[in-house]
Amino acid sequence: MVYLTRKAEFAASHYYHNPDFSPEENRRVFGKCNNLNGHGHNYVLEVTVKGEVDPRSGFVIDLKQLKDVMHREVLDAMDHRFLNKEVPEFLHQIPTTENIAIAIWQRLVSKLQTAKLHRVRIYETPDLFVDFYGEA
Amino acid sequence: MKAHLSRRYLFSASHRLHSEAMSDVENQTTYGKCNNPYGHGHNYIVEVTLSGQVDQQTGMVCNLVDLDGFMEREVLSRFDHENLNMMKEFAQKVPTTENLCIQIYEIVHRGFQHAHLERVRLEETMMNSFEYSGDNASR
Repeated sequence: MVYLTRKAEFAASHYYHNPDFSPEENRRVFGKCNNLNGHGHNYVLEVTVKGEVDPRSGFVIDLKQLKDVMHREVLDAMDHRFLNKEVPEFLHQIPTTENIAIAIWQRLVSKLQTAKLHRVRIYETPDLFVDFYGEA
Repeated sequence: MKAHLSRRYLFSASHRLHSEAMSDVENQTTYGKCNNPYGHGHNYIVEVTLSGQVDQQTGMVCNLVDLDGFMEREVLSRFDHENLNMMKEFAQKVPTTENLCIQIYEIVHRGFQHAHLERVRLEETMMNSFEYSGDNASR
C-alpha cells in the first residue's frame, strides 16, 4: 500500500452563525468569526489517497486524474467564493474548517478511480488544520 | 462525524542536555554541542491534535477560544522564555525534546476536557520533530 498526497490552494470567505442561537450567543461562541459580512482565508487542501502501485504504470493513481477531480469537485465550487452564500453544503451548515473537510471528502470519495481516499486535510491558516478520514 | 483538529503554537526556551547519571566524558560524547554548560535555545513549535464528533450546533470539534486559552495558560506561559533546566519538571529529567513533548502531552491530557487528545507533536527546529500519543497509543 502506498499513500500519495496532492496539495491545492483556494481562497474563500465565510462567517460563523447559527440561526438557532441568539445574537449574544453567536457572538460569544463564534467571536470575530460571527461578523456577518464575512472574512477570508487562503485555504490549503491536502488530499491523500492510498492504493497498490500498478505494475504497468508504476502509479497509485494518475495524478492528472486526481488534479482534475480536485479542480472540478472542489476548486471550481469553492475558490474565490463566499462559502455561506455560494456553496450548497453551507447554505444550511456552518462552514467551519471541520465541516469544509467533511464536505470535500463527500465531494471526492466516489469520484476517484483506482485509488481510495484516505484523508482530507484542510489548512485554514498555517497554524490551524483539520483532518477527516471519513469516520462516522 | 469524527474529525481531527490540529493547532500550532510557538514558544522559545533554552536548555542544556546533561545527565547526572553520566560522566562528563559520556555526557560530551552523548549530547555533543547540546552539552555546552551555558545552554542554548530553540523556537519550539507545539502542534496539538484533538479529535471528536463535530458538534451539530457549532460545526466544531472544540472551540478554539477554549483551546487557545488553555494552551496559553498551561503551556505557553509556563515554558515561553524560560530555561528548561531550571524548571521543577526537569529537576530529575534531561530536558530533551522527547521529554518536553511527553510533559506537554501530560499537561493537555490531564487538563483539557473539551476534546480527546490524539497527539502532541513538538518541532525543535524545522529539521527535528517529536510526537507522543500516550503510552497506549494504537498508532
